Amino acid sequence: MTVATVAQSSMEAVRVDDDTRAWLSDLRSDGQARDAAIARLHALLLRAARFEAGRRRAALPHIRPSELDEIATEAADDALLSVLARLDDFRGLSRFTTWAYKFALLEAAVKLRKRAWQGREIPLDDDAWSGFSTGGLGPAGAAEQSELLAALQDGIASLTPHQRRVLVALAVNGVAVDVLADRLGTTRGALYKTLHDARGNLRAYLEERGF
Amino acid sequence: MDDAMLSRLLGPKGPEVGCDECFEQLDRYVELEVDGDDADAAVPGLRAHLEGCPACHEEHESLVALVRES
Repeated sequence: MTVATVAQSSMEAVRVDDDTRAWLSDLRSDGQARDAAIARLHALLLRAARFEAGRRRAALPHIRPSELDEIATEAADDALLSVLARLDDFRGLSRFTTWAYKFALLEAAVKLRKRAWQGREIPLDDDAWSGFSTGGLGPAGAAEQSELLAALQDGIASLTPHQRRVLVALAVNGVAVDVLADRLGTTRGALYKTLHDARGNLRAYLEERGF
Repeated sequence: MDDAMLSRLLGPKGPEVGCDECFEQLDRYVELEVDGDDADAAVPGLRAHLEGCPACHEEHESLVALVRES
């Protein structure tokens, strides 16, 4: 594959392949060339969104194929807007198509996770951890397992209420992060940061006690 | 309680990027992976994040599969 060096908006010189250069040139042009490029881009994103829907189809038997395709089309539409809005953010560190694909996969995955949880109760009971029992924790003896379990339960109890609720919902109850983010009026990134902090505190709590 | 639950509670060891940074770097990381290059050296902390975040993990798996198919 031949490559060329192009100047990005950041003035950083990066090497991009011919296909990527053509995509950027067409999408930054005017008139029919741009319209045609946008149509090709939408087709590319729809292919990616349908790919994601296809990967999840077996896990979503209650959703009709026509609805899955509607969700994929909505995901492609939303991804198209995101890609066009962020075109100047593309740094040329991958092929343009790979960069674009990730927007469609994200949109489709988020919509399908939310659809999978639609109508289901979102368990926010942060007492779920108190029912843990020993068993299955590697080769350690029963006494050691009981000590670890007790320390885990104490460690979880020592977290802030918000950290505990997020940790239990995501790690214990298996709530999808995008679904919980919607429910709590926050973002995936912010929620994961809370999960990360909770895990760090729990790990430190155990380490201080010799685990 | 089993080892999988313990892993979900404690998360990955070591530094990890967040979800937003993961999304920013994912296309580059996946291409390096698919090309057989050292993606983990190029994007430190992303592998740990994929171990700790089921949603980003799924999207990474999908992008790898889609790029390999394309």
